[in-house]
Amino acid sequence: MTEFKSGMSRRDLLAMIGTVAGSVAMYNAMTTLGFAQASTYDGPVKLEGDPKGASVLILGAGLAGMTAALELRAVGYKVQVLEYREKAGGRCWTLRGGDKYVELGGFEQEVKFAEGNYINPGPWRIPHHHYGVLDYCKRFGVKLEPFIQTNFNAYLHRTDAFEGKPVRFREALTDYRGHVSELLAKVVNQNALDETVSADDAKLLLESLKTWGVLDENYAYVKSNDTSEFRGWAKEPGGGVDGAPVPSEPMTLSDVLQSRVWQHLVDGDSIEHQSTIFQPVGGMDMIAKGFEKEVGDLITYNAKVTKIDQSDTGVTVTYVDSQSGEGTETASADYCICTIPFSILGQIEHNLSGEMTAVIDSMSYAGSVKFGLEFKRRFWEQDERIYGGITYTNLPISLISYPSTNYFSDGPGVLLGGYSWGATAYQFNAMSPEDRVKKAVEYGAQIHPQYTAEFSNGVAVTWHRVPWVLGCFGIWADKENQYATAAAMDGRTLMAGEHISYLPAWQEGAILSAIDAIKRLHAHVTAA
Amino acid sequence: MTKLTIAAAAALSLFLTAPAMAQDAAMFASPSKLTQTGGENIYKAICAGCHMPEGQGAVGAGKYPALANNANLESAGYPIYLIIHGQKAMPALGSVLDDQQIADVVAYIRTSFGNDFAEPVTVEEVTDAR
Repeated sequence: MTEFKSGMSRRDLLAMIGTVAGSVAMYNAMTTLGFAQASTYDGPVKLEGDPKGASVLILGAGLAGMTAALELRAVGYKVQVLEYREKAGGRCWTLRGGDKYVELGGFEQEVKFAEGNYINPGPWRIPHHHYGVLDYCKRFGVKLEPFIQTNFNAYLHRTDAFEGKPVRFREALTDYRGHVSELLAKVVNQNALDETVSADDAKLLLESLKTWGVLDENYAYVKSNDTSEFRGWAKEPGGGVDGAPVPSEPMTLSDVLQSRVWQHLVDGDSIEHQSTIFQPVGGMDMIAKGFEKEVGDLITYNAKVTKIDQSDTGVTVTYVDSQSGEGTETASADYCICTIPFSILGQIEHNLSGEMTAVIDSMSYAGSVKFGLEFKRRFWEQDERIYGGITYTNLPISLISYPSTNYFSDGPGVLLGGYSWGATAYQFNAMSPEDRVKKAVEYGAQIHPQYTAEFSNGVAVTWHRVPWVLGCFGIWADKENQYATAAAMDGRTLMAGEHISYLPAWQEGAILSAIDAIKRLHAHVTAA
Repeated sequence: MTKLTIAAAAALSLFLTAPAMAQDAAMFASPSKLTQTGGENIYKAICAGCHMPEGQGAVGAGKYPALANNANLESAGYPIYLIIHGQKAMPALGSVLDDQQIADVVAYIRTSFGNDFAEPVTVEEVTDAR
């Protein structure tokens, strides 16, 4: 049996970078992963002044490209969009039953989900403060519903703790908080904090610890009805003759600490993950479809860009049919907004400046893997009373996320059966889709034994094999020194996308970068 | 089948499967590093994800270059540098693979998929390229 040291989440990745590279790298990575910044969206774009017939060629019909297309056309620009795929959205993407997905290498997956079930291989959550995404959803009438991030009834699991048995999030949280509060109360009562805490504050600190940690009158964290109100009961309160509850036994401090399940207690506490979080009803690509309804007429699909040639007077882009590689055509405009990921742009012939080229070529793209697993019944709800939310594990799947929609419905349900990064994602990337799914089911069965009997079908997306991105999101070689160059207008071209933002890997970053790019472009055009 | 040949076959199958089992155990053993050993095993565990099982590469909006019949592999220093530092769509793997693993996998790709650059790759070459 393999010992899993840890599954890798964004948090783990940050911890690793922090250890290896020190605090500057840590900060850069934090901004890279979107932990440190919030949205600066300040309402619908208002561009003033006549573009005087200027034209703009937009490369890529993801959220950045379509935001630019929508807003530029609205103010009077002539706009054309070139898109590699047969549909719009880019990484804003949903897989449903009947969809066929062919990854790089030609490996094909037919999604067999039942009607209404789906998986979002890319973005899957919209934080409450991602005002840009939320505003476009509102404008397009994209229906949103709450996404459950923290579920106190979901599990924390480690193969090397509690004999591999998962514990409920609430048990770990309550016990960790209780024991820590008890310890701190002891220290206060031994007057060990007299030099740092005033007598008045110490009194209130004790009082607050009692509330916060659910301590008894002696400032002890013990088995009681009070603590069971938070960590759960051995026997739930009921009605009638046998209605009296039986309190549960807390884990010891040592057990809680040694188990390391505390690693995931704060995952839902960062600003991006605090309630309320949303998801579009029916799948993330409802946002892409909302945009596409507005600007679809501007998009040339199946257009693979092979050359970007800018001069003093305009930009000419050469493209071929994405599938056949044939049928060379060109499109020209006065300006270009390029949202092509740098992983791909670096391979396209272009005459951007040397400085820009250096930035493009040095940006790498993260790998990650997601699994959509369909089960014959919603056993997590029926057997375990888990309604949405996330179970964390140190298994290579890292987590299991339960659907935040269609609760209590009969019939098959789809779980996010794993979402991993780092070396784990690399290895899943090198496996066949069938083997990836098989592994995800094996691992998940260690947490939910029902997996084995109830599994129906699944799909696995590894982002390094996604043909239109070759990765999940851009990682800067040296963001501090390169960012200004990448964001600056280069000749007649401006870059946009999640990579040109401090909210990378988030759709909000893509939208904000596009809005910023068109504002600067418009200022340039109207000043000319 | 005689007892002796059965025993021999059993011994042979043990001999064949033990390393394979070791590689199975190495799969996902660390969230941040590859723990597989040997050029072919490392290739299959990570490189094949993009450069594909037969080194044939892949083409989408961009591409992953084929390693098969690739003249750029003549100088071992080139793949060593790319693996450690990355470039364009190739992510830096210097923290995922150690020097021995990189030397082994470079030696493997230089002598596989129609490549025939038999000159050995040393760990020192990798160490010096970091």
